[in-house]
Amino acid sequence: MQALTQRAKAVDRKPMTWWEKLYLPSILKGMAITFGHSFKKRPTINYPEETRPFSPVFRGLHVLNRDEEGRERCTACGLCAVACPAEAITMEAAERLEGEENLYREEKYAAKYEINMLRCIFCGLCEEACPKDAIYLSETFAPSNYTRKGFIYGKDELLIPHPIQDPEGYAKAKGLNN
Amino acid sequence: MNTIILAFDLALFLEKLILIAVIIFASLGIALYTTFAERKVAALLQDRSGPNRVGPFGLFQPFADGLKLLMKEEIIPNTSNKFLFILGPFMAMTAALMTCAVIPWGNQVEMFGRTIQLQIADINIGVLYVFGVVSLGVYGMLIGGWASNNKFSLMAALRGASQAISYELAMGLSLIALLMLTGSLSMKTIVEQQMDSYWNIVYQPLGFLIFIICVFAECNRTPFDLPEAENELNFGYHQEYSSMKLGFFLFAEYIHMFIGSAVMSTLYFGGYDVPFLDESTLSSNVAALVGIASLMAKIVFFLFLFMWVRWTIPRFRYDQLMNLGWKSLIPLALFNMLITGALILAKSGL
Repeated sequence: MQALTQRAKAVDRKPMTWWEKLYLPSILKGMAITFGHSFKKRPTINYPEETRPFSPVFRGLHVLNRDEEGRERCTACGLCAVACPAEAITMEAAERLEGEENLYREEKYAAKYEINMLRCIFCGLCEEACPKDAIYLSETFAPSNYTRKGFIYGKDELLIPHPIQDPEGYAKAKGLNN
Repeated sequence: MNTIILAFDLALFLEKLILIAVIIFASLGIALYTTFAERKVAALLQDRSGPNRVGPFGLFQPFADGLKLLMKEEIIPNTSNKFLFILGPFMAMTAALMTCAVIPWGNQVEMFGRTIQLQIADINIGVLYVFGVVSLGVYGMLIGGWASNNKFSLMAALRGASQAISYELAMGLSLIALLMLTGSLSMKTIVEQQMDSYWNIVYQPLGFLIFIICVFAECNRTPFDLPEAENELNFGYHQEYSSMKLGFFLFAEYIHMFIGSAVMSTLYFGGYDVPFLDESTLSSNVAALVGIASLMAKIVFFLFLFMWVRWTIPRFRYDQLMNLGWKSLIPLALFNMLITGALILAKSGL
């Protein structure tokens, strides 16, 4: 039969020589190989202390953005919820009242905004759908919680820290430090 | 009757008691850290970093493991013989610890105006004693496996027993050649002979090779860990064990390794002898400390060898194991005995 590729190797079925039957040389050879491995570089990344570098387009947990004055950008248009293939986003809209201009950028805002992180597939379509640059995916990942309910993130978890009141937290969430 | 009680030396009794306590706790501590070393060495040889979370460099890992074992639920199978089930790990542990009685850990120290021998008992049949006690260790495994009332455990126990018996033969035969050279069964005398001349490994390389292979088999270490073959016998004889009873079985294996290393260093590598150093120039206490350190270094090397081999070669098949034992090692040991005898005879000028 003709071989399909040139990679086939004939199996050597010669009876073992006395030297091979001793096994000790090959055992010593194997031990040299394993010992050699103890000097090799370990690929381990000790996770909490070290982190793997992310690509700039990494898609982690969501963040609801504020503008430079600290006003929420989201207008509760619902485009992200429509775009979401996993149906992980729900929201309730409300109208901005007098005197709330420093809180919300537009006349309409999201009174309630929830993302179910267990449903979310981190595709980033919400980010692309958003006309107001209000939602984007951060480099934070591996959320942990004790209950399923805890994975439904509300506005308190999603909103980015205030850029004026908490500039450090804001910079960190924006990823400006590194 | 009174004279016997009066002749009883209280100081000697106390001295031996303290020595026993120190040696037992030292062996337990070393066995404890051997479990840690095993994981670290495994990691080292496999390009991993091993346990490094508990304490600095993971040094408290063995305590965390021990605590975990203690906290686990104690399960005794309903159908097993409860007494024997508990006796199994107890026997394994006792037999493992008893061996350290005859090993000379160092020469002697002078303390409180007394000369203290760093050996619990210098009996004139030391080597035989080690053999006797080591073969008792099989009972722990056998009883444990049988009392578990589990087919896998029983098979593993039988495997372990026949393996131990087969390899003890070759081990004994390889030792006979050594004993022909030394002319003494006392461990202390054997060490002292090696201090003056070369180590026994120089005279008995083949004997040592057979001996070390048999020690691997006696300790149930890879490549001879058939009694606890995970993938064919579900952890073998300690499958039904939980909590600290399981811990005892696992621990006994590490103590066996430690003692096996100590016996190998004593018989073939000069025990507490430091090569190229004349101990008589040092004061007795310093010499003893240096000797202990030297013995420990040899033991640590052998422990590393145990682990190194474990993470290099796979397990034998059972028939291969038996073939190696009966068809290779025993004839080889007999051959070694013959050569040694002939050489001794030739040297003494017939």
